[in-house]
Amino acid sequence: MMDANDELRETFFQECDDLLETLESGLLQLQAGDGDRETVNAVFRAVHSIKGGAGAFALDALVKFAHKFETSLDRVRDGVLEPTPDILAVFLRASDILSDLVNTVRDGSEPNEAISADVLAELSKLVESSSDAVDATPDDFAPLTIALDLDLGDTEPGTGALPEATSVATSYTIRFKPHTGLYVRGNEPLLILRALAEFGDCEVECHILGERDFEQLEPEDALLSWDVTLMTSGAPEDLRDAFDFVVDDCDLEISPTIGADDTKSEDSDMFDAPVPVDMDSVPAEPLDAATPTTVDVADAEPGKKNIPETERPSEPALDARDKASQMRAPEAPKQTIRVDLDRIERLINLVGELVITQAMLTQRVHEVDMPQHASISEGLDDFKMLTRDIQESVMAIRAQPVKPLFQRMTRIVRESALSTGKAVRLVAEGEATEVDKTIVERLADPLTHMIRNAVDHGLETPEARLASGKPREGVVRLIAAHRSGRIVIEVADDGAGINRERVRNIAIEKELIAPDAQLSDSEIDNLLFMPGFSTAKEVSNLSGRGVGMDVVKRAIQSLGGRTLISSEPGKGTSFSISLPLTLAVLDGIVVTVADQTIVVPLTNIVETFRPNSDEIKRLGAGTSVVLVRGEPLPIIDVGHELGFRPPVELTDACVFIVTETHDGAQNALVVDSIIDQRQVVIKGLEANYGEVPGVAAATILGDGRIALILDVDVIVRGASTIPTTNSPSIALTG
Amino acid sequence: MIETDQNVLATQHEYIVFCVDNDEYCIDIRAVREIRRWTHATRLPRTPNYVKGVVNLRGAVLPVIDFACRLGLGETQPTPRHSTIIVEAHNQLLGLLVDTVSDILTATNEHMQPTPAIAADQVHEIVSGLIIVEGRMLRIVNVGNISPHIEVEAA
Repeated sequence: MMDANDELRETFFQECDDLLETLESGLLQLQAGDGDRETVNAVFRAVHSIKGGAGAFALDALVKFAHKFETSLDRVRDGVLEPTPDILAVFLRASDILSDLVNTVRDGSEPNEAISADVLAELSKLVESSSDAVDATPDDFAPLTIALDLDLGDTEPGTGALPEATSVATSYTIRFKPHTGLYVRGNEPLLILRALAEFGDCEVECHILGERDFEQLEPEDALLSWDVTLMTSGAPEDLRDAFDFVVDDCDLEISPTIGADDTKSEDSDMFDAPVPVDMDSVPAEPLDAATPTTVDVADAEPGKKNIPETERPSEPALDARDKASQMRAPEAPKQTIRVDLDRIERLINLVGELVITQAMLTQRVHEVDMPQHASISEGLDDFKMLTRDIQESVMAIRAQPVKPLFQRMTRIVRESALSTGKAVRLVAEGEATEVDKTIVERLADPLTHMIRNAVDHGLETPEARLASGKPREGVVRLIAAHRSGRIVIEVADDGAGINRERVRNIAIEKELIAPDAQLSDSEIDNLLFMPGFSTAKEVSNLSGRGVGMDVVKRAIQSLGGRTLISSEPGKGTSFSISLPLTLAVLDGIVVTVADQTIVVPLTNIVETFRPNSDEIKRLGAGTSVVLVRGEPLPIIDVGHELGFRPPVELTDACVFIVTETHDGAQNALVVDSIIDQRQVVIKGLEANYGEVPGVAAATILGDGRIALILDVDVIVRGASTIPTTNSPSIALTG
Repeated sequence: MIETDQNVLATQHEYIVFCVDNDEYCIDIRAVREIRRWTHATRLPRTPNYVKGVVNLRGAVLPVIDFACRLGLGETQPTPRHSTIIVEAHNQLLGLLVDTVSDILTATNEHMQPTPAIAADQVHEIVSGLIIVEGRMLRIVNVGNISPHIEVEAA
């Protein structure tokens, strides 16, 4: 088990991702005030599991931090520490750092201790302050300890409350009697004993329980128990940690060894009683009140509470709590498996073939004159439906909720807020919305930029907000939703809105627009997307690193998406992006140009129309414009640009498609006819050929032929200016 | 995939023989994936005239090269009687439009001759050698040099 091979390690890190997500969402839930006891438990379990896994792989830095984090969370779990917003803020930062640590460790680099030091110190402070609280509370445990005393005789009633840790080596006696269940769950006492041995000098004595004839021996019974005498300077709860995963499946008793009293007398007084070690973290209030979610279990064994603890040293309520941690997040009953992404890709490709073959088959059958309702037609219809179902199901495999992505954004907001000194709250909606995995991944950067932009430029300073009668805290809303077969993600702030005057002036200053240009409000807003535009007066360390919203826009466009901006002075600004659900298919309009079938991506299309011939105006030799509601749009002859034919004569028989490129420029593309609008499966040309200017990709039509997907941006920029593809290459040897 | 010329020459090898413009050419059988009849190819914009376009081979999009045109022998007007040889070169699939596929031939190195120096560059690039057997002259095609994009891909 200690032999950590890479695969296990990788699994651990994958689990870490999930756990970190649980951790952060739990903390956020608590922060929002709708967390309950189970939320605290879930948060605790997440950190605990990370610690456990990190321990198994000897990732000490991770263990160290997670341990501290866990200890402080434990205080909250026990109700000693009230999860105030301040404390939660510390926890959130701790979770950021834990996530950083996991990432550095995963990369194999040395974690930078300096980063975690601050938060570690704060966590320690939390633990200390809460320890004080425990120590200061009147002693409610006295009866317990007295009861326990009876068993071992020579001790006096202790104070019950234990100090957090002793620095002097103390001798402990640990009685460990596994139940059958411990072995059933695949635990190994030897490993626990080894873990104990790491705390200090350790003597282990093994007992065989009961005398039985060999014939009657049940091979699966637990018949061994161990007595361990351990000299350690470690805290008793650390010893107990070694048993964390088995505590429900064994009888465990950890007590300072009687007679081995080499510690200060007041300390030994406290340790004299064989008190279960966990006691030090148990709140002073009645136990069942402190752990409401476990009341049932506690009530089920009411007698135990005041009964000598020799048989079951761990207190029932605590037991139940640990049981929950062993069963692992009971609120997430969904079963999942991890699958290699390549296999899914392959499956998706195959299903793409299936869809094409099905379409081809249908077309062929229709070509043969069939009597209506022939059984083959019915079979084909079923086949078609099945194919669609399979396609949808397969696509769903790649779909992922945007929640993890949104959670990363909460961190961005926190960091941006911290460095700008603004008070910001992120409100996320529609986190369950599912999108293709690749899109989720590639959205992270643009979204980060948008969020930073919203905090940095969108929101006003707290003072300015108060002055304009707004709440001090700014709100950034992050919303995801499905809308007509696409996903829409919106980043909206309630800030001052776009200062159009200033945007305009900057654009003029940077010579992006002519000084006398007449621009509508939305055109001014869209200036933000122009390359080289940045409204920040000084380059802040957040946004405005020489990259602007144009990068965001391009990133979104490369995903087949569009970016929209709307702003209202004093009310705020909203950026919304609309994306396809998957990258494997594309919505497009199928058109014919010079006898070729071509697909124009729908994301580029604004409208289609047939012009009146008097709307087409010549503008110099070989260029014309068409007037659309008074706007002159340059006419682009697709057939000519692709080199399929000489320029066509522009008449009212032509079909015009108004397209918009990522810089917002509109053009009218001339095509011969529009066939229909459909979803097509994207096939790259790069695999067997290479890039072709003006062609984004290819797709396979129902008849098995290939149609090219137009790269509108390139066509509009003038495919004719792109040099004809290179001449044959020089010989390669090999 | 294609071994060095020395290896090819050292051992006996099988070749797929095909005709273009009544001349015989051959390709190392190990480079050939399959042979199909000609089907419609979708034109690619702004490509050299010997790139006929792209075809769909069970979901893969692959270019088809007009072999005659690639050699500078003029464009072929393909009919269903024409064949497409699917070859693999530099991990890419490529279709070769040829007139007919006629034969499989086994040749040893004593049948092989280097391409004479008089040949035009375009031919030299693609015809890596000759097989002279029983009065026939077969031109050995170096499939690695057919596609126009290979230079980019290999760089």
